[in-house]
Amino acid sequence: MNLAYYPGCTLKTKAKNLEEPAIASMEVLAFKMEEITRWNCCGAVHSLADDDLIHQVAPVRNLIRAREQKKNELVTLCSFCFNTLKRANLLMKANAEKRNTINSFMDDEIDYSGEVNVVHLLEVLRDEIGWEALAQKVKLPLRDLKVAPYYGCMLLRPREVAIDNVEDPGILRKLVEALGATPVDFPESTRCCGSYQIISDPGVISAYAWNILSSALSHGAEALVLSCPLCDYDLGQGQKELVKKRAEFKGMPIFYFTQLLALALGLDPQVCHFELNYGDPESLLREKNLLS
Amino acid sequence: MSVKAKKSPTKTKVRKEREVPEVKLIPVYVMGKRYEVPEGLTLMKAMEYAGYRFIRGCGCRGGTCGACGTVYRKPGDYKLQVALACQKTVEPDMYITQIPFFPANRAQYEFAELTSAPEEVFKLYPELFRCVACNACTKACPQGIQVMDAISALKQGNIAEASRLSFECIQCGLCTSRCFGELAQYHMFQLARRIYGARIVPRAEHLADMVKAVNEGKYDNILNELKRVKKDELTKLYQEREEEPVTAGEDWRPKDKTYL
Repeated sequence: MNLAYYPGCTLKTKAKNLEEPAIASMEVLAFKMEEITRWNCCGAVHSLADDDLIHQVAPVRNLIRAREQKKNELVTLCSFCFNTLKRANLLMKANAEKRNTINSFMDDEIDYSGEVNVVHLLEVLRDEIGWEALAQKVKLPLRDLKVAPYYGCMLLRPREVAIDNVEDPGILRKLVEALGATPVDFPESTRCCGSYQIISDPGVISAYAWNILSSALSHGAEALVLSCPLCDYDLGQGQKELVKKRAEFKGMPIFYFTQLLALALGLDPQVCHFELNYGDPESLLREKNLLS
Repeated sequence: MSVKAKKSPTKTKVRKEREVPEVKLIPVYVMGKRYEVPEGLTLMKAMEYAGYRFIRGCGCRGGTCGACGTVYRKPGDYKLQVALACQKTVEPDMYITQIPFFPANRAQYEFAELTSAPEEVFKLYPELFRCVACNACTKACPQGIQVMDAISALKQGNIAEASRLSFECIQCGLCTSRCFGELAQYHMFQLARRIYGARIVPRAEHLADMVKAVNEGKYDNILNELKRVKKDELTKLYQEREEEPVTAGEDWRPKDKTYL
């Protein structure tokens, strides 16, 4: 089965370790991720100003591209792209006045009114494949690996776009279980990583990171799993500071969910691009006999 | 005069033939001022007809140099149109303004130090990320380039694609003049094409071999022979030379393979 796929800019530059294992894994699971053509930036962040419609143009244009290419569903990997695209889609569906304004501004494109369904790859794994079926495909169960699911904000907030229960999400836990690893629940799993504050106020990032990582650590986690390149970046950069400041903190590997997926499906670890991760995640995997 | 004309009717006839056919004049507005100019002129010639003299904003007059970017609007049309003044012909009532140059910062760099990493472009032109995908740039391109797609390619780190998409850019700067995010698209594309040409596209190794062969004198004899022959013989040789057919495939080889 073919999935119309929207990568987003970061997956083509800094987060190849999110994209490549996803494409390879889905192929093993009999899904071909077919990148739509002529896509542009998702808009990077959903604009909260009610009358700021110009920042809806970028996500809407991508949805129009999907529509032009006869796609009814668009699969994303990056949590931020997912969030901006899905929220813009909801706006185009629900608000006739804004829809008309945006459509008439984009006089070079076909009219759009929210026809494309925006989904995250985690939803495809849950709804199209199912955890049991996925577990059966696992060739290298990630035994003994204690992984804390970290959702951040973009997969769950606001409620209208959430891929799971907002208060008590379980989708990443189920994935971790299906891959044979041990999920570690911790209260900070839906706490914000600091997001774009890393640009304006990099100092606060290590404090955010400490809240999240120390909580995961104290609950027994050895690593974090997530789907957002910005969370990954912030927690990675934050750790660099923390390792310097706190002698007791040795750092914590952060994995994209697609890396663990590819590893468990028995794919060549090269496809995971662990070299792009913060720190040295491979040592932990070797320790658990998951890497040679 | 009439007497003279009667005496030499042939002369009158010649005069009549030379008579310039009546040209239809149409109104155009140059920078807001109305002029009547002959139909069929290019915008550039129309402006010259109206009395403007170009010391800038005019280059090749052949649509390739990018010096004469022009915007115009037609009555009743909300859309701004763009053209190269040397290419577009006048239409009645159009309002024309040339934008031969548009101020945009061109990053300074030491090219030898640049790699093919996407971050090179990000660092030199950070305003790249101000793009909101409004597509005004594409609409402003007289070359029909998908400007916004090329900008998207740069954001995605795909310098090769940006280079390919912008290949026909003539650096007129009209994209930049319309940009909501203050991007200098045409300078970014030039950088992309430079990086692509020097760092990404595979080197033509056979070229170096060929230059070496030339330097080592592989073709000296045949050239010296040609220098010695008389003109008639040279013409004959030229006319009888074996030409590669237009439709020849890559595997075509000449009959005489001495110098291959």
